[in-house]
Formats: sequence, C-alpha cells, structure tokens
Amino acid sequence: MNKIADLEATASKIRGKLVELSHKARTAHLGSSLSCTDILVAAYWGTLKIDPQDSENPDRDRLILSKGHAATTLYATLAEAGFFPPELLDTYAEPGSKLPEHPSVKCVPGVEVATGSLGHGLSVGIGMALAGRIQKRSYRVFVVMSDGECNEGSVWEAAMFAPAQKLDNLVAIIDYNKWQATGRSNEIMALHPLKEKWEAFGWSTYEIDGHDMKALVDTLRNVPDGSGKPVAIVAHTVKGKGVSFMEDDNNWHYRVPNAEEVEKAKVELKLL
Amino acid sequence: MRNEFAAELNEIAAEDERVVLLSGDIGNRLFDKYKASFPDRFYNCGVAEANMMSVAAGMAICGLRPITYTITPFTTTRCLEQIRVDVCYHNVPVIIVGVGAGLSYAGNGATHHSCEDIALLRMLPNMTVICPGDAWEVRAAMRACLQQDKPAYIRMGKKGEPLVHEGMPDFAIGKGIVMRRGSDVCLLSTGNMLPNVLEAAEELSKQGVSVQVVSFHTVKPLDEELLAQAFSQFWVVATVEEHSIMGGLGGAVAEWLSDRAPQKARLLRIGVADKFLHEAGEQEYAREYFGLTPRAIADKTFQMYQAVAPQPVKA
Repeated sequence: MNKIADLEATASKIRGKLVELSHKARTAHLGSSLSCTDILVAAYWGTLKIDPQDSENPDRDRLILSKGHAATTLYATLAEAGFFPPELLDTYAEPGSKLPEHPSVKCVPGVEVATGSLGHGLSVGIGMALAGRIQKRSYRVFVVMSDGECNEGSVWEAAMFAPAQKLDNLVAIIDYNKWQATGRSNEIMALHPLKEKWEAFGWSTYEIDGHDMKALVDTLRNVPDGSGKPVAIVAHTVKGKGVSFMEDDNNWHYRVPNAEEVEKAKVELKLL
Repeated sequence: MRNEFAAELNEIAAEDERVVLLSGDIGNRLFDKYKASFPDRFYNCGVAEANMMSVAAGMAICGLRPITYTITPFTTTRCLEQIRVDVCYHNVPVIIVGVGAGLSYAGNGATHHSCEDIALLRMLPNMTVICPGDAWEVRAAMRACLQQDKPAYIRMGKKGEPLVHEGMPDFAIGKGIVMRRGSDVCLLSTGNMLPNVLEAAEELSKQGVSVQVVSFHTVKPLDEELLAQAFSQFWVVATVEEHSIMGGLGGAVAEWLSDRAPQKARLLRIGVADKFLHEAGEQEYAREYFGLTPRAIADKTFQMYQAVAPQPVKA
C-alpha cells in the first residue's frame, strides 16, 4: 500500500488540477470537487482492487461517483491513476471532448456509471453489488454521494433496500461538506443527525474526518466489516478543501477562479 | 396476460441464468413457482420503483438480464427518470414489464390507469416499446426482448383477455402481424385492444367494408414498411390503442406520416381522450366511456371511410 504521505501528495496534485480545469473550462462545482478529493484518492490508491490496464475485469471493485457534478475529481483521479492518458484531461468540457461536465456513459476507462442527476448512484450500486452476489464474484461497490444528494427520496428507497438484502459488499460514502447549491444542507432539509439516520435504516455506520487520509483508508479497506450489513461512511469534509479562500465558502459552488487565484491556490497546495 | 407472463418467465429463467425478476411488491402467489425454482434470482423491491429501476440497471450493466414487474404507471411514469438515465442512457438490457396497462385496472381509479406510458417511453433513445395483443404475443415478446441487448418495455393488460392467436405467433420486434386481410380500410391495433378491433372489423364487414387488421405490437421501432404499404393501399388507416390519442401509436404514425409526400390513405387515431376518468367502473365501462368498444371503433372508422372513399357507402 502507498504511504499516507504519498496519498496526501497525490491529493494535492489532483486538487491543483481541479483548480486549473475549472479556470480553463470555466465550469462550476469546484468547491464540491475539492471536498471529495481525499475520498477518491483513498479509494483508488489505498483501497480498490482494480487494475487501470484491465479496467473491465469483471472481478474488479467498482466506484460510482454519484455526485456527478464533481466529475473533474473523478477524471483527474483516473488520469493520475493511469486509466487514460493525462493529456485527455486538457480537453475537459471542450466541444467534442470525451469529458463532459458530468461523466457520460463509458466516456473514459474507469467511469463505471454516468451520473449527474442526483440520487441514482446508490441504487445502481445496489444492482451491481447484487449482481456480484448472483454471479458469485467477490468485488465490492463504493458509492460516493453528496450531502445535498440525500435530499432525494430515491436515496432513502435505496437506504432501506440494501440492508434488507444484507449487502455487505456495498459502501455508501457521504461527502458531508455541509453545503448544497444554495445553502446549508442541514437548513434546507433536516439532514442532521445523518449518521444516526443511516444507522436507523440498518447500515453499519462510521463517522470520520473525510480529509484524514489514514482514517479514510482504514475504514474503506475494512469492507466488508463483518457486520453483515452495508457500510455507510459519513465523511465530514470542508467544501473547497485545500484552498484557504475557497474553504467553507459556498460561492465556490458556482464561482470560477481567475488566473491569479489559480496561482495562489497552487502555492497553498505546495505545487509551486 | 399476466399468468402467461409468469409461466413464460419460468421457462426463460430455466434456459437463461442471467434472467432476474424484480417485483415492485405485487404478484402475490403469481411467482411462487419462479421463487421456488430460482430463489437467488427474485427480488421483491418493495413499493420503491425508482430504486427498483436503478437496481435493475446496475444488474444489467454487470451482465444480467433483469425484468422489472409492477403495475404499469408505477414502473413507467413513477420512475421515468431512472428509466431515462440509468437504463436508456446506459443502453442496457432491462426489460420493463407493466401489468394493467391502459384501462385494464379502470376500477382502481385514475391513479392506476396508464394512458401516457407509450408516449413517454417511446420518446427515450434506445428504448423498444411493445404492446402485445394477447397472451401469446406476451410470451413471444419476452423471448424477442431477451434476444436484444438493449432496453425494452412490454406493456401488458391484465389476466383473462381473449386469445387471438392459436399458438406462439411468428413474432419479430418492429414487424406487425396481419390478422385478417382486406382492401378498404386497415386497422392497426396495438396492445390489448386487439380482440375489440377484430370484432370491429366484423361489424364493418357487415356494412360492406373490407377490413385489414394488423396486430401492430411494436410501437417503437415502427414497422415503416408496413405503414408505407398500408397508406398507399387503403382509404383509411386507423390506429387503435388503449392509450391517449396523443403520443402513442397514433401519435407515432402521425409523426411518420407528416414527413412524407401525401399518401392515399387518411389517418384516423382512435384512443383515449385527453382527460382523466373520475368515475368508478371497470374496464368495460371505461372503454364505453372513451369510445373503445367494437361498435364505437367501427362507427368512427366507418365515418372516416364514408368521408374519404370515392363512392360513399351507405350505412
């Protein structure tokens, strides 16, 4: 396994790329992309059994980025991990590019499911986890969701179904950055107490710091956790994490950084 | 149709281990045999159709052949976005089976009517839309859909509808089945209207009109060859469906027709009016209300025929 310090350095590098991509393509959702970066790095470098050169292997672990608006995090992670040539990243959001603002179907190797409309990924993940059970394969399915996404009723349909099926090869990771598009996620809907909600629905739950790489890796690697239940990880995160002037400022849900801000961000991320 | 669906399901599941049934908490006892034979390939997904549809998509992405089953509006309009995004956008072979289509469950009230589903599902890229005319066509449609590697919707009636075929018909997706031949008007029937349409043809023939009847079971893709022939050959081509006159088979044929040079035949759309039925009453009452009885179908067709035929026929 990679050392924690290496994973943290990889996360910084990816965050720098996200800031660049948002600036160049003038696309939104940078704050949301920065908040789930550590989760994806912990998954791809510390947890998932998947070979970037054999990305269709039927026995691979699967990760679904259900919060598809953080597409750049997935793209930059997959490129860094070697699923596709990093040069392709520079075409992000350009007319005719394989990389739209939300991941499309099989747009590049490693994208398991096209997302963008919230509240779909967990149910699709259940289908994949059940397929693994039916086909007697031992892979696991990781679904990365946002806290705002938990507004969707379909999430709670899925939350009731997976424990009924005792799907211990399924993991829901909630990137709990406390914001959704236009306000505090716990004010727009009564989200709190989020861990207890998942627990009450029958999940084996964990509450961790979603930027603590060691905690992330330790928790993700421990699936199935022996409880016989699906695992829900409430990962407390900071929207815009890694760039001081973006952290916990919801303007960066839609704002695009200018050239000077890109420079400042990269200095903070120790990339310059 | 639903009992034959269950019977055919037992057979195809035995032949193909990729087949998985997902039920939206209906079909009490209907699947007992299936559940006993294939316990690891049956999932009661509860009253949670959005989840059920996405679960099916996830299974199909992983190489299985899931079949979702519940009452028509709940497996179509209720979870339309899941069908659009997870099934159709991914272009994976989920077979969506709706039971109680159209006015089959009229007595349950408009919540259980489904007169918009053909329109909504045929609009989705990659989707195949099949409305079997009888239980034999249900069986044949299931087999045909399983041969495809893409999404499909099978729109069934309820149970006990009359059989119009004597056995498994020669069935191909997108190819209408000629049920009787004629030369003046052509009735294109889709779904559970077929027995009524055949009766209407009998009535019309008593009035001296020579009627062709087609079981036009596939609304998408359209049988364009058959349409081209029918519109060049007959005086009237009428679509008949237990569905809104907007957007269903009639709508699809009207769209097709509008992009072509003027044809010999006039199009007549027979279906459910653009309104909800608020009253109690079973399917027979609802069909009476919306003018879908054999007599009403015959009358509407005859009026159009009289209006366009070169030598008016006396009623």
